[in-house]
Amino acid sequence: MASVLTNLFDGVAYGMLLFVLACGLAVTLGLMNFVNLAHGAFAMAGGYVCAVLVNNSGWPFFAALPLAFVASAAIGILLERLLYRHLYAGSHLDQVLFSIGLVFMSVAGVDFIMGSSRVFMKLPAALEGQIDLFGVGIGRYRLMIVVICGLLTVALQLILAKTRFGSRLRAAVDDPRAAIGLGINVPQVFAFTFAFGCGLAGLGGALSAEILGLDPYFPLKFMIYFLIVVTVGGSSSITGPFLASLLLGIADVAGKYYFPKVGPFVIYTVMIVILIWRPNGLFGRTAAR
Amino acid sequence: MTALSDVSSHAMASARWRISEAVFWVMALACAFLFPSRYLIMTDIVRLALFALSLDLILGYAGIVSLGHAAFFGVGAYSAGLLALHGIINEPVVALVAAGLVAAVVGFLTSFLVIRGVDLTRLMVTLGIALLLEALAERFSAITGGTDGLQGIEMQPILGLFAFDMFGKTGFFYSLIVLFVLFLLARRIVHSPFGLSLRAIRNNPLRAAAIGMPVNRRLIAVYTLAAFYAGIAGALFTQTTALASLDVFAFERSADLMLVLVIGGTGYLYGGLIGAVVFKMLQELFQNLTPQYWLFWIGLVLVVIVLVGRARLHRWVLFVPNLIIRQFAGRKAVVAVPESDAS
Repeated sequence: MASVLTNLFDGVAYGMLLFVLACGLAVTLGLMNFVNLAHGAFAMAGGYVCAVLVNNSGWPFFAALPLAFVASAAIGILLERLLYRHLYAGSHLDQVLFSIGLVFMSVAGVDFIMGSSRVFMKLPAALEGQIDLFGVGIGRYRLMIVVICGLLTVALQLILAKTRFGSRLRAAVDDPRAAIGLGINVPQVFAFTFAFGCGLAGLGGALSAEILGLDPYFPLKFMIYFLIVVTVGGSSSITGPFLASLLLGIADVAGKYYFPKVGPFVIYTVMIVILIWRPNGLFGRTAAR
Repeated sequence: MTALSDVSSHAMASARWRISEAVFWVMALACAFLFPSRYLIMTDIVRLALFALSLDLILGYAGIVSLGHAAFFGVGAYSAGLLALHGIINEPVVALVAAGLVAAVVGFLTSFLVIRGVDLTRLMVTLGIALLLEALAERFSAITGGTDGLQGIEMQPILGLFAFDMFGKTGFFYSLIVLFVLFLLARRIVHSPFGLSLRAIRNNPLRAAAIGMPVNRRLIAVYTLAAFYAGIAGALFTQTTALASLDVFAFERSADLMLVLVIGGTGYLYGGLIGAVVFKMLQELFQNLTPQYWLFWIGLVLVVIVLVGRARLHRWVLFVPNLIIRQFAGRKAVVAVPESDAS
């Protein structure tokens, strides 16, 4: 029983991590309708920035985390202004080709600069080992992830629902033309959202170095996971991707633990079935956009 | 009635063989005699060209964006490998067709999943199918050899006459003939009323349905056909290299394929063939420059192509050939300029 709960907790931590990694994509892909397969590259950038700061410059882990966010957001806004915005109106094929190109460049670039082997992060001693909670073993690192990601989720939901920026974003997404007519600077809102999403991915990348493993092929390996979260979760709210990533995380951990023989194709099968059953995602809106 | 006869005469005119096409194939054959030491890479190009032709059928003509076309390549490759390994069908040509048919069956079954939904769903479903097959191939390692791949494949002589030699000469001519035959078939198909209806569907599915075209059935048909072509390409891969490993399903293969097609141009059959030649030459060049990091340059090429704009790029690339042909033939340019694709 205890091991079931431990696995459940690991699954939840994994899912929340996926959510932080992918929720930026939920905005670009789900809301702005831009097929950005390069989202993982921003996560990788954050992860590497954090790893270099911690391992080489001796920064404490918790001080390096915000910097991973800032670095990825900076790269994000730079690329958005220089490249991405030209393709918002382009065909999906162009967007796919462009973002695959970016992924390839990031993979080879990181390989060139950092080498192709997996990067490990020096963690503070407080995050190692397990604590015992009512007889259930809980990894300290995973507990931290759940706390951080949980807080982020609540904050995101509040920003989206309560703040002026949130309502601007929702307006810009629902009807860009009307939003412009109302005096909302739509390109600016999109650029800011894109950068924020990239920053979150970077933070997620930094957090995931310990659990998912960080190497130059990170953007390719986890691309499908991010896409699953967004397409299965739908894009109408932040709750959809959140639930989808929790499901995915728990299913993946449980699958690997209890049915190691079955392999990853259960997840792909489930994804295909869900997409056939509900093309707009489990929690998506019914009207096709 | 005039409009109808106009359409049909236009379609007939565009289906007529041109001098430049004959020149293209003569050049392809001439390469076999000009570069006798490069059979292996040329076989690679021919195989890639066939694979790109297959993607062009669904992307260029039917407008389906697929991220997992390697799925059918892989099915074809493993089918051909298993047929040869267990001695079920020893004759390579029959095995080739059989492998293509297996891929076509898989294509037919998955086409029902693909035609549903919009672009994004299609991307995900095609990608998911390729990953699924890769995972399955890894899981059932008793049949597929797992990560080691199929080993010990021995190919019998083609038609019992031409044995595969170590320089790849037989393999090259075999691949080239297969490509030519399948190209003729594809050419016939895209210029038929069926092919024209596909283009109509690509440009506006709603309108095509309104004038009475069975949109879904047409898409299923062309998707199955493309899967057949991809399966043949995969089977050629196994037969000419005598190996089949998990990387036949890899995402990079599907992504590279899109690049090939985009370099050559979508929506006209020679796009895939020209793209394959250019892609392989680029790959050779980059691998010589920076052996480990050629992926970077491939990525850069993709980004530049998209940012410059595909249509504009093709006008530049085709400028010189068009000029030469105009001098030679003394009439309007005859090199086909690809149509801009919809979606």
